[in-house]
Amino acid sequence: MTARRWVGWGLVAAVPLAFLGLFFVLPTGTLIARGFSTGGSLDLSGFGEVFSRPRTWRIVGLTFLQATLGTVFAVVLGIPGAYVLYRRRFRGQWLARALVTVPFVLPTVVVGVAFRSLLAEGGPLGALHLDGTLAAIVAALVFFNYSVVVRTVGGFWAHLDPRAEQAARVLGAPPWRAFLSVTLPALVPAITAAASIVFLFCATAFGVVLILGGIRFGTIETEIWIQTTQFLNLRAASVLSVVQLVVVGAVLGVSGAARRRRERALHLTAVDAARERLGRADWAPAVATGLVGVVLIALPMLSLVLRSLRTSRGWSLQNYANLATTGGRGVLTGTVWAALGNSVRTAVLATAIAVVVGALVGLVVSRRPRSRSGRRAIETLDAVFMLPLGVSAVTVGFGFLIALHRPLGLDIDLRTWWGLVPVAQAVVAVPLVVRSLLPVLRAIEPRLRQAAAMLGASPWRVFLAVDLPMVRRALGLAIGFAFAVSLGEFGATSFLVRPDRPTLPIVIYRLIGRPGAENLGMALAASVVLAALTAAVMMLAERWRPASAMGEL
Amino acid sequence: MTTARGLEVSDVVVQYEADGRWLPAVDGVSFEVTPGEVLGLLGPSGCGKSTLLRAIAGLERLVRGAVSWDGADLAPVPVHRRGFGLMFQDGQLFPHRDVAGNVAFGLQMAGLGPAERAPRVHELLAMVGLEGFERRQVETLSGGERQRVALARSLAPTPRLLLLDEPLSALDRALREQLAEDLARVLRETRTTAVFVTHDQDEAFAVADRIGVMFSGKLVQVGTAAELRAEGIDRSVRAFLGN
Repeated sequence: MTARRWVGWGLVAAVPLAFLGLFFVLPTGTLIARGFSTGGSLDLSGFGEVFSRPRTWRIVGLTFLQATLGTVFAVVLGIPGAYVLYRRRFRGQWLARALVTVPFVLPTVVVGVAFRSLLAEGGPLGALHLDGTLAAIVAALVFFNYSVVVRTVGGFWAHLDPRAEQAARVLGAPPWRAFLSVTLPALVPAITAAASIVFLFCATAFGVVLILGGIRFGTIETEIWIQTTQFLNLRAASVLSVVQLVVVGAVLGVSGAARRRRERALHLTAVDAARERLGRADWAPAVATGLVGVVLIALPMLSLVLRSLRTSRGWSLQNYANLATTGGRGVLTGTVWAALGNSVRTAVLATAIAVVVGALVGLVVSRRPRSRSGRRAIETLDAVFMLPLGVSAVTVGFGFLIALHRPLGLDIDLRTWWGLVPVAQAVVAVPLVVRSLLPVLRAIEPRLRQAAAMLGASPWRVFLAVDLPMVRRALGLAIGFAFAVSLGEFGATSFLVRPDRPTLPIVIYRLIGRPGAENLGMALAASVVLAALTAAVMMLAERWRPASAMGEL
Repeated sequence: MTTARGLEVSDVVVQYEADGRWLPAVDGVSFEVTPGEVLGLLGPSGCGKSTLLRAIAGLERLVRGAVSWDGADLAPVPVHRRGFGLMFQDGQLFPHRDVAGNVAFGLQMAGLGPAERAPRVHELLAMVGLEGFERRQVETLSGGERQRVALARSLAPTPRLLLLDEPLSALDRALREQLAEDLARVLRETRTTAVFVTHDQDEAFAVADRIGVMFSGKLVQVGTAAELRAEGIDRSVRAFLGN
């Protein structure tokens, strides 16, 4: 590579590096430093203090228990789903795939409200007395992460050469044995990758646990929030954030190893496996997938919509009409519609930032330099940019709070800056953008670029003529993802939002925390509005999903 | 019902979907294979011969016609109960099992215990010239060795019919000639009934007792090597075969 090209790529890499340096590394670094020191000197007493409390151990245990149960159920239910939705074909399959995807981007607050509306006294499943139990939390976690397993495993499965399984069948293996002895082992890397991501999402679950867990259940995430906002114990919150970082780092290590195995294994498989029509022999996975779709995914959503239409005087749209008010006894500072406006404006900004940063990351990381040092640099960058995916939104929000007061010794206080919320949401969304774009960028045949260059195209023209047209669909998906995630972002926003400019998820959380049927009704209606908006954005983006993309989420 | 022994394929039609239309891949093909006989199916790529083979195995749905064995229709018999073997062009060895694990797979499915499997695996590996390869990982094998393992694997459960789908096409020429001889020898020694699909005339003549020539989904000619040499292969087909 010539010196000029090094400078060029250096500049492309500099923008995202500066962004993540200022808004991710600095806050989390400050957080860690706060946990390990007082007044500038090393002090580990904070750890001793936090870990001598039984409460801490209970929370850590609960975090692992919830994450493990959520992961196991998501994987066990997701594998038949992956088979039905990606290995077979049937009429309306794209709709089923899109429906399954919606929960993943639904705002955590909405999901919490939906499950409560389903399980609370008087709800459709109120007789089961599951409200406020571990089972309710786990069900909500599976609701979220089912699609992660279905899409990750399904995307891989769709490309798996069916002839290995056929070879086993011809050798006398009945379908279930051919699956267990041939297909399942081949799927292991994809399943491991999905499971580690799901474990990560479950372990860092915040909004849904905050709403469904009550005082009995929590995660390290909710505990950081409680220590910060209720007990004002920033030291304990910092220590817990360090614990969270360690957990996340460990899980990311496992997931990274699994991903590398999968990329290697990919060379063994055919590019396109002809999918057969869903047949009578597929009844078992089809029934399992149908049940999950109806009971776990559709039912909570349906219950949310129905209960939003109920008031003390029967069916009416009164709850929706109330969205133009500030709630019973003036709970809110502005109307719910105003909050929606705030949400959309913030999400547009956050999406713009996340897509620019994420696209630059994708461009740099998708290069395959000839030199070993170049390749190593790319691998490091790839890992660095994935960190925010694991590091929880709460840690980002909390980190902003303590780091951006006089950042880098400058005499400014960024904490009250209006742009902080979109920036924090962008930090959370960047990894999703990168993961949507990267598989497509990596799949572009490098010789196409070489051919364009040989025909006289400058690097910039090569990008415009080769890369851009090929990633356009994936870019649409990435924009949709980023927008949906920003719209529903709760963890980081709850730390940073200014009281006079709340976003919709914040307003929903405030409404359900206040007594009064009117406030609850408004929370339900607002949740429906937010869910509908997010789902619409995602459905639109899903139509742009490239047919051959092996996306990871 | 006829008292035909062996494989009987009658008026088989298989279709595939392209751009929303259904096109015939196999178009009304009929033939018989008697026990112990090796039938070669020769034709240019895309003529439907591999699809026909997969239909016999039960991996493709028949739109019309029937496949039967010893006079019994196989339509209700699922793939794994047909007692047929299929050898793929690229072997399709199971990457997570070693050589012995691959060869023993069919025996395992037939319910044989480890003690009964080991000598049979040894015997088959010896037959294909890979003695002592039991514990080798399949990634470490050369292309030729892989196909030998694939052959041993499909022969292990003594299938009543062995289907071979271009088993030698992925190999280079010298290796192909060597393996074609070995294949012919092994099939004769084991008295295996087989259908052997290829696009290479020399290979077909070396391995098969009789040869069927396929073109555009139809079976154009069937005969022994001598008969085909005397009549000459249909000219339009020969142009496609390249000599």
